[in-house]
Amino acid sequence: MNFDLTDEQLMLQDTVGQAMLNECPVTHLRTIFDGDSGHDGALWETLSGLGIVGLAIPEEYGGAGLEILDLAVTAETLGYHAAPGPFLGHVLAALAIAEGGSPEQKEKWLPGLASGERIGTVALAESGGQWQPDQWQLPRGDTLTGKKEFVPFGEIADLIVVGATGGQLAVVEKDAPGISLAVVDGVDLTRRFQEVDFASTPCEWLGQGAPAERVRDVGRVLLAADAFGGSQRLLEMCVEYAKTREQFGVTIGHFQALKHQLASMALDVEPNRGLYWFAAYAQDHARDEAERIAAIARAHVADRFMQVARDAVEAHGGIGFTWECDVQIWFKRAMFDRAFMGTPAEDRERSLQLAGL
Amino acid sequence: MDLNYGSEMEGFRDEVKAFVQGNWPLSGEEADLPMDKQAATFRARAIAHGYLYRNIPQRYGGSEQEPDVLKAQIIREEFGRKWAPQEARGIGTMMLVPTLLERGEEWQKDKFVRTTITGEVAWCQGYSEPGSGSDLASLKTRGELQGDEWVINGQKIWTSGAHLADYMFCLVRTEPDASKHAGISYLLIDMKQPGIEVRPLRMMTGSADFNEVFLNDARTPADWIVGKRGEGWLVSRTTLKHERNSIGAAQQTRAGLKGLVDLAKKSKVAGRPALEDSTIRQRLAEIEGYVKAHQYSGYRQLTKDAKGEEAGLIALMMKLFSTEIGHKSSALSLDLLGEEGLLSAGNAELGVQAKDSQGWIARYMYTLGIAVAGGTANIQRNVIAERGLGLPRDAAANRSSSK
Repeated sequence: MNFDLTDEQLMLQDTVGQAMLNECPVTHLRTIFDGDSGHDGALWETLSGLGIVGLAIPEEYGGAGLEILDLAVTAETLGYHAAPGPFLGHVLAALAIAEGGSPEQKEKWLPGLASGERIGTVALAESGGQWQPDQWQLPRGDTLTGKKEFVPFGEIADLIVVGATGGQLAVVEKDAPGISLAVVDGVDLTRRFQEVDFASTPCEWLGQGAPAERVRDVGRVLLAADAFGGSQRLLEMCVEYAKTREQFGVTIGHFQALKHQLASMALDVEPNRGLYWFAAYAQDHARDEAERIAAIARAHVADRFMQVARDAVEAHGGIGFTWECDVQIWFKRAMFDRAFMGTPAEDRERSLQLAGL
Repeated sequence: MDLNYGSEMEGFRDEVKAFVQGNWPLSGEEADLPMDKQAATFRARAIAHGYLYRNIPQRYGGSEQEPDVLKAQIIREEFGRKWAPQEARGIGTMMLVPTLLERGEEWQKDKFVRTTITGEVAWCQGYSEPGSGSDLASLKTRGELQGDEWVINGQKIWTSGAHLADYMFCLVRTEPDASKHAGISYLLIDMKQPGIEVRPLRMMTGSADFNEVFLNDARTPADWIVGKRGEGWLVSRTTLKHERNSIGAAQQTRAGLKGLVDLAKKSKVAGRPALEDSTIRQRLAEIEGYVKAHQYSGYRQLTKDAKGEEAGLIALMMKLFSTEIGHKSSALSLDLLGEEGLLSAGNAELGVQAKDSQGWIARYMYTLGIAVAGGTANIQRNVIAERGLGLPRDAAANRSSSK
């Protein structure tokens, strides 16, 4: 029984955290946040150099060949630092190809994704919040025709893994004909979206039994991990503020009302660490529980993150409600984590069905 | 990360399993003994095998094993699977015995440990007073040394099991001139004496498990003191570090959720099965999120304990987390009861599982007792904020320090 991270995993978090502090301190994060694309090529190169964008890609294709838990602890650290950019969509696209691609397809795409020279993303949602593989209606054919919503960083992606009817997955390359992109006015400026319209767009299908469900479940796990990291950061920001801001001649951390609010926030954060760990661990080691625990973890941790974010605005008083205050960055990350890939309510309903209830 | 116990531990588990298989339930004539005698018989054998009271030396009736939280956990799991008797859960075993082992005189250990863990003698805890709840160290019950006896006067309250107890371990002010914390001593008192009057306090559920205890010239020998005069506060803080059951509370919340699901299966909302109601479904699933978080937090603690490391912030919040899950579960249970929520708590016995509607009503109230007992939720929040998050200590409570 060893329910803890390994030294390697702690070192991984430390390395990623240091890179974020060096390359993307909050002052820099804000320029990306307020900038046009939400993407920072130099930061992407740094993260790629650390090997984290190819963490779960097999070693024979240039990745690190690690597990979903390693990916998740990385996502926690990126969430803590509100890392802007295409990490989430990229690693999910790589997972789809690594697990559903033919040897030729893997050879063709994975090395570029592993090194970060090529950026991947996933096109999942269809009109009306249809995120689930069994809801997809995009017709399967030699080409793709139809619309996908909320495609993360569709504009900069070199390839898009697209969900179609029957839970099938196809890969479309950036310069294929018939693709039109429309910007979505998304709330989280660290993770931008486009809407992607395909018109007789050539594609390659990933094999039968392509792992759309696994992409969804790992996606849920990574959202939970991100939410945990983000909520941890907000808690620390609030505690720091309570120790420095003075009113009535003392730091506001002396006031019991605020102390209790911060304690309640901590209670919304700390117990979720083990929950997201296990959800990630289950993806490789307890496959029969994997879908259910991923759904429970995403719903729970994302909802707690959102609550912590609302509390964090309050705990900062007037400044908390401004664009200038950093809380809003994580507040919007929480909104993303809560709504991307479906709502917590859908996750919860699914978790009951999976329990036979 | 590895959620297996490992081959050495699984080997140990097989041994424990075989022991339970061969020894519980009792057979032959022993099966006709009264239940408490059966339990005592089984416990004696389990102690001989090193499975119970592992941190208690053999000379005091324990099995004196190397501390090992994983083995302790496996024993609880395997005994639990077959409903075999485990260590007695009384306050004497849980609080007094560890205190005596750490701080007691040799003769005190000799006299009290063995009889306490076998359940021959029962204890109650004399800490809280009418004017001293969260601010326990302000307690006023006085003890004066007269010759070779302490003479004690005052009142204790919320004393669970005082009506059944043989002895009380008690915090008493013996040094009136010393500062707040330094004036307290830890005394052991015989409950069966004229100077002690126990009056039951009826709980909001209707039953009476706890009491007021009046001490009017109650007497106890001069050497029935644990630690020195004025050290009582420190002695009372002696905690059980060995083999803490870090996942027990999470197992209870899990069992509670299972009970809630069973209740939902039987209940109706607006004439339809409750489990078809989307609001009920969402609330159940939301509670499961908390229960799972509780469960894996327990595993984190268990792992840290096994390594002999501090678990940090999470260890400070497990009680409050249980409390809050209890509140959410209770609220849902009341909605599931529908019109049966108009019933009284009856004479329902309190356990993890409620047997009927009145049992659920009792539980609905009892979760509040849990929230208050052993440090209210607001006190827990103070602890999390001050010790966990490093926020300033409460000015009012910046007591004459306990040193």
